[in-house]
Amino acid sequence: MYKTLADAVRDAEARGVRLADVALDAESRDQGRTVADIRHALGRALAVMRGAIERGLVGDLMSNSGLVGGDAHRIAGNTAAPVAGAPFRDVLGRALAVQEVNAAMGVIVAAPTAGGAGVLPAVLTGLADARGIGDDALIDALATAGLIGAVVAERASLSGAEGGCQAETGAAAGMAAGAATEMLGGTPTQAMHAVALAQQGTLGLVCDPLGGLVELPCVFRNATGAAIALAAIEMALAGITFAIPADEVIDTMGDIGREMDVRYRETAGGGLAATPTGRRLARERLVQIKRS
Amino acid sequence: MVSLLDIIGPVMVGPSSSHTAGACRLGLLARGLVGGTPDRALVELHGSFARTGEGHGTDKAIVGGLMGFRPDDERIRTALEIAEREGLAYRFEKTSLDDEHEIHPNTVRLTVERGDRRSVMQGSSLGAGRVLVSEIDGFPVEFTGNHDTIVLVAEDVKGSIARIASILSDRSINIATLRLSRQHRGGDAFMVIEVDDPPTEAVRDEIRALPWVKWAFRLDKVSA
Repeated sequence: MYKTLADAVRDAEARGVRLADVALDAESRDQGRTVADIRHALGRALAVMRGAIERGLVGDLMSNSGLVGGDAHRIAGNTAAPVAGAPFRDVLGRALAVQEVNAAMGVIVAAPTAGGAGVLPAVLTGLADARGIGDDALIDALATAGLIGAVVAERASLSGAEGGCQAETGAAAGMAAGAATEMLGGTPTQAMHAVALAQQGTLGLVCDPLGGLVELPCVFRNATGAAIALAAIEMALAGITFAIPADEVIDTMGDIGREMDVRYRETAGGGLAATPTGRRLARERLVQIKRS
Repeated sequence: MVSLLDIIGPVMVGPSSSHTAGACRLGLLARGLVGGTPDRALVELHGSFARTGEGHGTDKAIVGGLMGFRPDDERIRTALEIAEREGLAYRFEKTSLDDEHEIHPNTVRLTVERGDRRSVMQGSSLGAGRVLVSEIDGFPVEFTGNHDTIVLVAEDVKGSIARIASILSDRSINIATLRLSRQHRGGDAFMVIEVDDPPTEAVRDEIRALPWVKWAFRLDKVSA
């Protein structure tokens, strides 16, 4: 797989193909699998993503601790006019839905991780469904997202314990932004700018879940991560470029993660987890989990 | 080498790729070391597994893995009840396996018993569902479950590796990696063989029938 997005963009543009194509070719070469076989596996992931969205929107799930649940249904069922357009509201609802399913031990696709699993399916299927884009194009978009995530894994990290939430929902926002930009007709270069634009907006984001559970703020951070991805897509498709190349933005995320205090890396020692209310809720809910 | 399907995956029961999916995979590998669902299991949780495991269903995921459930199996949610019904006697302990800085924070030691076979496996969940087994029955090992894997203990006789390699090659099974460790010269040798093609039970039986092989097990790969 590629170790820089710049190389992937150069290859795609030299061949006159998309990032999805060079990603599938590289995966096929690395793993000794046919492109059809890889697409089939991505199609299965897509079906699970759609299943999780549908399941979460029902609104009857509560997390293990009872801290989160029901909010995807709340936003999807809001009958007031959307503040920023119907697809925006729809994408937020889908991101919450997947993450509520995850918190309730439902089946999701960890893409790139379970804690950041809401962003990518919400952005990709939300935008595709709004425009009547079919599953083949979504599978290509997943390949592009996988390429971006692989570069992040190589150059920085995809683990909140290592790099904070910027490495989970932040990386997911970059993956979603680049993949959706290409899905909506952007060039590989535009997709790369979308990655940079999304990821710059999440630099420094800490991982501070109450009680160490993948619940609060994780569920909401997937929704705000999706919103950042949408902003990046809108800018990139308008031809806006970001002066710092995506690879260097990703490296910066890795550097910040390495320098981030351990309290902000999934240990529940800092951030929202360490607030008076955060500590109280975690104490109460952990007792409840032990009883259940 | 990072694979696209590691990034867009695994398909799994939530909520944590390290504390749930990875924990399940470690359970699956330990199950393989006794050739099926254990009768008894002691699960010693270390570090973050011990601290936040309950909230992440680490306990259910490990016990589910011991019963052969894969990370995407929704039965994981009720794995503890199923285990009690099916006669898997499990026990959890929180422990500190070593100095925190030397051992990965998400580490578990599993002592599993099935019939008269007993095995102790230590492994860690590295993030994104990836796992690493670091010790089996006191022998240091290092494998990931990304391949089908054959593990065996043999007396330290000359030509043992060549004999086993030829059994595999006769069956068109390609060896990806082979690691050998032993506690001292002339002592038992522990072999971990990762293979590209799934070995059948017959291959395992043929290896086990070698007079100098004390035991051999076949661990199905646990990655997607």
